[in-house]
Parts: sequence; C-alpha cells; structure tokens
Amino acid sequence: MSRSGKKKSPNLLQYPYLLWASLFIVVPLVLVLWYSFTSPTPTGDYAFSIANYRRFFEPVYLRVMGRSLLLAAEATLVCLVVGYPAAMIIVRLGLKWRNTLLLLLVLPMWINFLLRTYSWMVLLGRQGILNQFLEWVGLPPQSLLYSRGAVLIGMVYNFLPFMILPLYTSLSKIGREQIEAAEDLGANRWDVFRRIILPLSLPGILTGTTMVFMPAVSTFVISALLGGGQDMLIGNLIEQQFLSTGDWHFGSALSILMMVIILLSMAAVSVTDKGRSLEEGNLW
Amino acid sequence: MVGFRSRVSLSHLYLFLVFLFLYAPIGVLVIFSFNSLRSTSVWGGFSLRWYAELFQDRQVLQALYYTVAIALLSSIISAAAGTVAAIGIHRMHPIARKIILAINNVPVLNPDIVTGVSLMTLFTALRLRLGFTTLLLSHITFNIPYVVLCILPRLRQIPREVTEAAMDLGATPTYVFFHVILPEIRSAIFTGFLIAFTLSVDDFVISFFTTGSGVNNLPIVVYSMARRGINPKINAVSTLLFVTVFCLLMIINKRDTSIQKLEV
Repeated sequence: MSRSGKKKSPNLLQYPYLLWASLFIVVPLVLVLWYSFTSPTPTGDYAFSIANYRRFFEPVYLRVMGRSLLLAAEATLVCLVVGYPAAMIIVRLGLKWRNTLLLLLVLPMWINFLLRTYSWMVLLGRQGILNQFLEWVGLPPQSLLYSRGAVLIGMVYNFLPFMILPLYTSLSKIGREQIEAAEDLGANRWDVFRRIILPLSLPGILTGTTMVFMPAVSTFVISALLGGGQDMLIGNLIEQQFLSTGDWHFGSALSILMMVIILLSMAAVSVTDKGRSLEEGNLW
Repeated sequence: MVGFRSRVSLSHLYLFLVFLFLYAPIGVLVIFSFNSLRSTSVWGGFSLRWYAELFQDRQVLQALYYTVAIALLSSIISAAAGTVAAIGIHRMHPIARKIILAINNVPVLNPDIVTGVSLMTLFTALRLRLGFTTLLLSHITFNIPYVVLCILPRLRQIPREVTEAAMDLGATPTYVFFHVILPEIRSAIFTGFLIAFTLSVDDFVISFFTTGSGVNNLPIVVYSMARRGINPKINAVSTLLFVTVFCLLMIINKRDTSIQKLEV
C-alpha cells in the first residue's frame, strides 16, 4: 500500500532549477527583447517603437553588418579549404597517429581564445617575429597588426579545429567498401571524391561551417585586439552600445538581430541535414 | 611506387604545416614569457623576470584571487544544483522535459555576448550593483547547463527497475537518492564540477559584461592589458592560465573520455 503512495509522491526536484532558469535565462532575453522594442520618451517613460531596428538600416550600421558577415564567411571558407584535406589525411592514418592528432586538435580549443588571439598580436606586431623575418630576408617591415587581414587570420586560427573535427567525424564514417566498390566499377580518384566522399561528408561540412561561422560572426575580441579602428564588427558595436555609448535599446536590437542570424544559420543547417542525419544517426 | 611515396610525404608535410600553424603562435607566446628582455621577438636568455613581476602586480594577484574564488564557488554550487535539477528533469514528463532542456541549452548555444548583455540588463533591472555577486550568479547560470548535460546520460543508464525495487523493499526516496542513485552518478557529478570549474576559469565575454566595481578575473585583466599593446607580463599570465586549464583538462580526460564530445 505504501508502495503506490511513494510512487505517486510528487516530483519536485526540477522546480528550483525551473525557477532559476526562468529568472536567469528566460527573463534576461525577454528584457533584451523589451529594450529592443522601446525608446525613452521625453517624459522619462518608455514607449513602444521600432526605431532601434530602423536605425540598424542606416548605411553606417549596414556596413558593419556586411563586414561581419563577409569576414565570418571568408574565415569559414578558408577553414573549410584548409581543413578538408587535413581531415582527409588524418582519416587515412593509422589508429595511433589518428588519436594523437585528434587530441592535438582538441587541445587548442581549450586554450582561452583571448590568449590565442593575443599570440597573434605578438607575431604580427611591428617588432614581431614575422617582421623580423621580413627584415632578415631584406624586405621592409609591414604594418601587419591592426588590419582586416589580421582579424581574418585571428578567426581562422581560433576556429580551424572546430572545422576539422566534424569533418573528420563524418569522413571516418565512410566505409572503405563504398570507395572500393566504386573503384572496382571503374571510378577514378576524382569520381570517387566527387560522387562518394564529398556527398557523404556533407553533414561534417555543415556542422563545421556553423561551428566556425557562429563564433566568427559574434566575436568582438578578435576584432578589438587585431583589427584597426575601421574594422568594427557587429560584436564590437553591441559591446560599445552597452559599455560606452549606453544606448541599451539599440544594443538590444543588435543582439536580437545577431541571435536571429545565428538561429537562421542553425536552421538552414538542420533543414539541409534532416534527411541525412536520419539515416546516419546523430551527427556528433 | 615513387609517385605513391611522394604523395604520402606531401600529405604528411601538409598536416605538419597545419599543426605548426595551430601550435607555433602559442609556442612563441610561452617561450617569450621566459625572456629576460622586454621584447617578445628577440631572445635575451632565460629568466623568470616576468613571472616575478606578475606576483608583485596587485591587479593581477587580485584577479587571480577572484578567478579562483568565483570558479570554486560557482562550480560547487552548480554541481550541487545541477545534480538535483538533472534528477528532477530525468523524471519529468517527456514533453515538459523537452521544454526545460531547450531552455537549458540556451546559454550553451547562444553567443556569449548575448548571454552577457542579457544578464547585464537583468542585474540592472533587479538593481543589483555589478560586482562579485553578479559575477558569481552569471557563472552559476552558464555552468549549471553543462552539469545537467553531463549527468543526464548517466541517469538514463540506471535501469528503472533498480530504483523501483529499492522502493518496493521499503526505501524512502531520500534513501534511494543517497544509496542507489548517487553512487551511480558520482563520477558524472565530479566531471561536471571539473568542467564547470574549467569554464569558469576560462570565461571572458560573459564576465566582462556582468562584473564591475573593480572585481576582475584573469581573462579580463589579460584583455585590458592586451588592449594597451604587447607586454611580456601578458605572456606570463597566459602561460599560467594555459598550464592550469591544460592540467584540469588532463584530469577530466583521464576520468571520462566522452568529455571531448560533450564540449565540442
């Protein structure tokens, strides 16, 4: 008798966290949404307005957004082009080497990205090693730091492992038999790549692309440390609105826009990936 | 045969270059933290000068204190709260569970900058002064989700019959928790604690927006120093932070090889 009583004893353990998560996860986002749709009125009140979103369409801010998207896309592309061959080579190595190299790929992900970014300040600086090298070769020193190129290098350096790992995962799932079967049927190396390896590694490409694109589009540290004044990204703009300009309404609208971009890119990937992940099981 | 061999070594060379690209900058950073000169490109001989200066820098020492205090407090609290939450979530109705897990995933997936500014607006709305308390609350907020994600899979592995059998034999829910469930998930809790600790030591962006009143952690000090330019002291702090996180990682990895998957 007491057994059924105990079984029915209400389960309350999740409620404290539910409360916590509502207060510290849901409410803050609602607040940001509220800020983004209001403007202060002269009387000291707040009124509903879409001025913050409209302001975003001023050319200055559109340029910042365009630059962020373009730089993030370029970083993603470079990571893909550099990372894909690397992942293919690692897959073909022996087990021992493969595991060592995978560990070496994971390790940099855990080094604070501030430190990874700072390490490029050291390399690219006016007195930095790269300039020393140029001097040694007999070339004039270049101002490498505080430029768009430096930001791009910083992004590629920070996020390359996030591209290689998912590529490796999906490439390692491709069975040898499929490739051998194709070869037996007369496919040449390029056909095998184009018709078997590339399509089967698409989930890895998609995961890698989001994992590079998302942090690259939302960063403000890489551009703040490696970029010049003219290389402001959307992340810097948000930081500026909240910490120096003090326009939280515009800053909130920008944050919401950034979330939308990221949700869209995630949705795009999951739609493209739906059919595949069903037959291949979980991606990650 | 010759063609084959040259292709193999070419691909090995390529891999070598990729890994050189990944490690050389960090290597240079670490090496020049031991330089006796102020330069970060001309080697003047081995010295611990910059580490010595670090330990005389009040700002750095204070940041070290706050980093450790926040990391310890937030990871202990998150491990405890996350355990209770995970058990509760595990027993929930599937639909309700899906909803709370979706909320749980928000801080994991949202860009840190959005989490940072949204918490900043919350603290301001609550009229909390930005400082130690708000920093601690933020770290607990982004740590609990990882603890929950760490413990839930372990809970799923405990067969329902085991807890039911214990109940049938007259065990109270408290007894079941301490003598049946806890021993099963103890190592997952500890792994969750270590991950939370590591994330807390490592966090810059969220801390940057949610602290104030002179309370800074080490990443914030590194950032503000780096904004002013290159300084060998930063190399020294970086090396210390890097070694700390590396050691924590080795411990976590020894304990549970699936962690890489979780974090990645």
